[in-house]
Amino acid sequence: MTTTDKGTDRGTVNRRRPWAIEFYGSAVGKKWVMAITGIIFLGYVFVHMLGNLKLYLGTDPTGIFAIDHYGEWLRELLEPFLPREGALWIFRVVLTASVVLHIHAAYSLTVTNWKARPTRYQSPREYLVASYASRTMRWSGVIVGAFVAFHLLDLTIGTANPDFVAGDVHANLIASFSRPGVAIFYMVANLLLGLHIFHGTWSLFQSIGWNNPQFNEWRRWLAWAFTAVIVIANVSFPLTVLTGLVK
Amino acid sequence: MNITLRVWRQDTPDAPGRFVEYDAPDIESHASFLEMLDVVNERLTDKGEEPIAFDSDCREGICGMCGLMINGLAHGPQQGTATCQLHMRKFKDGDVITIEPWRAAGFPIIRDLVVDRSSFDRIIEAGGYITVPTGSAPDANLILVPKPAADAAMDAAACIGCGACVASCPNGAAQLFVAAKVANLNLLPQGQPERWTRVEAMVDEMEKYFGSCTNHGECEAACPKRISIDFIAMMNKDYIKAKFKNRRMAGQGS
Ligand code: HEM
Ligand code: SF4
Ligand code: FES
Repeated sequence: MTTTDKGTDRGTVNRRRPWAIEFYGSAVGKKWVMAITGIIFLGYVFVHMLGNLKLYLGTDPTGIFAIDHYGEWLRELLEPFLPREGALWIFRVVLTASVVLHIHAAYSLTVTNWKARPTRYQSPREYLVASYASRTMRWSGVIVGAFVAFHLLDLTIGTANPDFVAGDVHANLIASFSRPGVAIFYMVANLLLGLHIFHGTWSLFQSIGWNNPQFNEWRRWLAWAFTAVIVIANVSFPLTVLTGLVK
Repeated sequence: MNITLRVWRQDTPDAPGRFVEYDAPDIESHASFLEMLDVVNERLTDKGEEPIAFDSDCREGICGMCGLMINGLAHGPQQGTATCQLHMRKFKDGDVITIEPWRAAGFPIIRDLVVDRSSFDRIIEAGGYITVPTGSAPDANLILVPKPAADAAMDAAACIGCGACVASCPNGAAQLFVAAKVANLNLLPQGQPERWTRVEAMVDEMEKYFGSCTNHGECEAACPKRISIDFIAMMNKDYIKAKFKNRRMAGQGS
């Protein structure tokens, strides 16, 4: 067979780099990784939201807060198959790896995109369909990332929460959200998270190539519904604590 | 009608360039946008000034040579229409119309409103072909094509390679063009032998010049042929599969 540098024989040329690196080296591959890690985040955000709804269940007959119970359950999950906190650590490792990949891909593709238009349009541009959400993905992403870091320091590690007591989930939440500045920051960050996942939930289907005329219409609705559920629930937590509805 | 143009003038690829204002009185509202530019250019020539350089060829929306950023929109305000098919009646008397060239690293400006789109040719060379037997002509209908596949391939084949997708994309990505060119062959039985090498080669070539798609959908809205971004999803899927398939082929030597 003849060998040209491109075209027919490309696939038969032994590549120098391992395929995972080769794959991630392409922009389309990076977008695929962003979409897969995005799905992991969406799943996480959803489960996290469901878990936190227990804030509204109050105490059980023994006087233990439902959300503290849930926190304890998370630590015991899959015990004794896994050691205590084993499942939790698996989640943490997967999420951390996803965050690293998602942010690296976002950064690297953003640089690519800036290079692709070194001179901007010199007259005002109009957009026909690009949404506010799609055009602010980088901002909403970075701010949500900063928020996640604060959130971990506040309610997981406790360094940003003077009244933090490990395992006292309910008390920690109340202590944190009773500070108006923090409560407002949580609400704003969750609105931005909403913007990010509104575009992301629709966009990921495109990046992975799950496109089928039969469910394309449904993808927009899915994005709306998913975003609405997450944002309404997540914003309600600081709001209800701040206004004293939950004590 | 009387209009005012603000046109990007740039003498050489590296010259700084600037907007220059031209009064264009007495323009026929039935004139196409390019005919309007022709009139302006004739007047400029009469005055001994350098006419505005712009690209065009067929002037019937099928060749893809024309393409201007008109008031911040690729191919102007009328959707599904190439610049040559846009008519002055879409504008109002007294309008100020701003005209800029496509801007993308993959489309360097040659002069005024003319850009070099040969990066698109490089992408086509990378995989936009099929292999055919060169013997005597095969029987008609020897290769049967399912109707839905034929229709979808035809929709993709409508792409005229104008570059409005790149021009309108906030990321300067060429996904819609490449997806159309990949799909138009990958959907048909004749395109199957090179299906996986084609998509990999064309996407890799594309990425040498253009940005990365974030699914804004601006390209689809700007495309004079209304190529659907569904083809981009199709290309992404084929590319990801190709990364595995081509790898496996590599293992078999040859
Ligand atoms: C740490 C900060 C983050 C940054 C810097 C970031 C950045 C980005 C960027 C730039 C995109 C690409 C935009 C596009 O292609 O339309 C994106 C896509 C996405 N992000 Fe994030 N993001 C972050 C966190 C998150 C979080 C917390 C979630 C989920 C809850 C998330 C979910 C998604 C999804 C689902 C997509 C769509 C993927 C695709 O289109 O293929 N991201 N992100
Ligand atoms: S996809 Fe549409 S906008 Fe892009 S080059 Fe083809 S015809 Fe032009
Ligand atoms: S000049 Fe041929 S498409 Fe406009």
